[in-house]
Amino acid sequence: MDINGLFSNFGELTTTGLTQGAIYALVALGYTLVYGVLRLINFAHSEVFITGAFFAVWTWQFVWGLNQDSTAGGLVAVAYLVSAMLVAAVASAVVASAVEVVAYRPLRKRNAPPLAFLITAIGASIVLSEAYAILTRRRPTGMPTLVSTEPLFHIGGVPISAADLLIVSAALVMMIVLDIFINRSRIGRGIRAVAQDANTAALMGINKDRIILLVFLTGGLMAGIAGVLFNVRIGVLTYSVGFLMGIKAFTAAVLGGIGNLRGALLGGLLLGVTENYASGLFGTNWKDFTAFAVLVVLLMFRPTGLLGESLRGVRA
Amino acid sequence: MRQKLARVLGGVAMLALVASTAACGGGGDDAAEGDSCGYKIAFFGALTGSSAALGINENNGVKLAVEQYNKENADCKVELVSLDSQGSPDQAPQLAQQAIDDEKILGVVGPAFSGESEAANPLFAEAGLVHITASATRPSLAEQGWKTFFRVVGNDLSQGPAAGIYIRDVLKADRVFVIDDQSAYGAGLADEVKKVLGSAVVGTDKIQGEGKQADFSATVTKVKNANVKAIFFGGYYQEAGLLRKQLTAAGVTAVMVGGDGVNDPAFIESAGQAAAEGTVITCACAPATEARGTFVEDYKALHGVEPGTYSDTAYDAATILLSGIKQGVKTREAMLEYVRNYNGQGVAANYRFTENGEMDPAEVRVWAYKVKDGKVVPDQEIPKA
Repeated sequence: MDINGLFSNFGELTTTGLTQGAIYALVALGYTLVYGVLRLINFAHSEVFITGAFFAVWTWQFVWGLNQDSTAGGLVAVAYLVSAMLVAAVASAVVASAVEVVAYRPLRKRNAPPLAFLITAIGASIVLSEAYAILTRRRPTGMPTLVSTEPLFHIGGVPISAADLLIVSAALVMMIVLDIFINRSRIGRGIRAVAQDANTAALMGINKDRIILLVFLTGGLMAGIAGVLFNVRIGVLTYSVGFLMGIKAFTAAVLGGIGNLRGALLGGLLLGVTENYASGLFGTNWKDFTAFAVLVVLLMFRPTGLLGESLRGVRA
Repeated sequence: MRQKLARVLGGVAMLALVASTAACGGGGDDAAEGDSCGYKIAFFGALTGSSAALGINENNGVKLAVEQYNKENADCKVELVSLDSQGSPDQAPQLAQQAIDDEKILGVVGPAFSGESEAANPLFAEAGLVHITASATRPSLAEQGWKTFFRVVGNDLSQGPAAGIYIRDVLKADRVFVIDDQSAYGAGLADEVKKVLGSAVVGTDKIQGEGKQADFSATVTKVKNANVKAIFFGGYYQEAGLLRKQLTAAGVTAVMVGGDGVNDPAFIESAGQAAAEGTVITCACAPATEARGTFVEDYKALHGVEPGTYSDTAYDAATILLSGIKQGVKTREAMLEYVRNYNGQGVAANYRFTENGEMDPAEVRVWAYKVKDGKVVPDQEIPKA
């Protein structure tokens, strides 16, 4: 146990943990939304995330002609980022919707047992990740440096860079936008209604299938943006990252309360920070052990997750 | 009457035909002795696929050896059979069987990679077919009891200590951070480095390999605050690239030293040329351009390019087999005996094999290579202890 190591690095471990956690949170939103409405764990969501990341890299590579040695700054970099986010968000949303239409809807129409959904979800995930593996010949892809990682300023001796700020603020903004969307808009009310009782909602005149498609689409948009932020943070992309991210993000969603949007944010941030503290204290090889041990203990005492409520816990 | 005549004539004709073929038996070989020619050696390795560059280097080395032999022994040439495994253990068993079934193949140069070696070697051992690998470095290969296994390169047990010596004596780093990926290869190397460096190691960490970890921020934070002069990484190019990129992004400029698992263009592609610049990669192989004699010129003359990694060791492996055939070896058992007792000079090193088929440890040379302008170039030979 390297307690000294933990304390001397505490500040940086916290900031980097929060940054990573923000990415987990964005992806967790997709899991939590789909689960809240459909009671389905959408395993394919991890590949929706990686779709966004890949399309962002390919935008930089093929549209802008950038490669792993290019750097850019200022407004040009902003343009590259924004274009990549647009492409990534659209690509992810398309893939997410495609998975729903091709894999899940037919099963719903036939009242398939939950196990069928589970297997199909896993199958869709494998199909997509293997497709990317073959496309990239299982080799890593480098990418340009668009956001500076130099410290912009220090808080209590801990450096904060432009990249950190971008990622955390993007996650917060998306989170707030989604919260407003779900809680204040008409469509949001429709989503909450379907989450509460799909058949009654249909009786009330809500188009169930369209709402469900919208839920997948929204989750996909979030995951696409998360993909771009992941690229900014990690800088190298491999086909296997989707699976990794999926497990972590799903854990974050459960940690915060599955079906609860704010819970997804909290869970994500908490997971990111816990992993880093564990790495600092015990060594990086204990990271996953600790993170999941924390999850198990937490669920023992609070089975519905930290924030408990689900999407269906409507406050009128 | 006519019928009888026809039959007699036919019989005579047949007899004549048979007699003439008997008289000319073996005439097509135009060999001095009966049938001691038409032998073959095989090359087993990746000639296509993502790892093809190494296999092609070796195959070219073997081709040069065979060409030179055939020029000197034009009356009794040896044929080269190149078997393309694509570097994959999946193809290995059936390819091995192909080599085994061809009776004229007396020895194999390869398999080139450790993974395919583990798949193919048991078959070779059972068939008693000698195989000399020019590049498979996993130490456990020599410990499986395969009587037919021989290696003309050092294994990973010589690489680790050499990396430590380089960090200590050449980089003169008094503060080192050691990271490994918990794999048999990576952890093995890291442990050897830690032994050599002793108290110079101010921090260690273990990451997850095999693509299971992408975010190394905790490790990077630790390295940054440990203020080290050098970082050793035991593992493969994928994690090395990720680590190097994230370290540089956090402002860590200390040199990274890695083993031959990092030696892949993907490392430079992922980390980016700027971050990868100056990275040191060790290898239990000398650069082929350091080979003795006229090897480099001859190779260039035949293939039009400079020899690449392992071209020289493959050439030596082939030479060992060919010299056996020259000495009159005609069977696989005889070839096995010959190689086992071999003691001679090659262009990359001198060869005499231990009980397990390993090279004489005194002959193993470990070199350090550096990443310069996006390419891996030789730096220097690492002195022993």
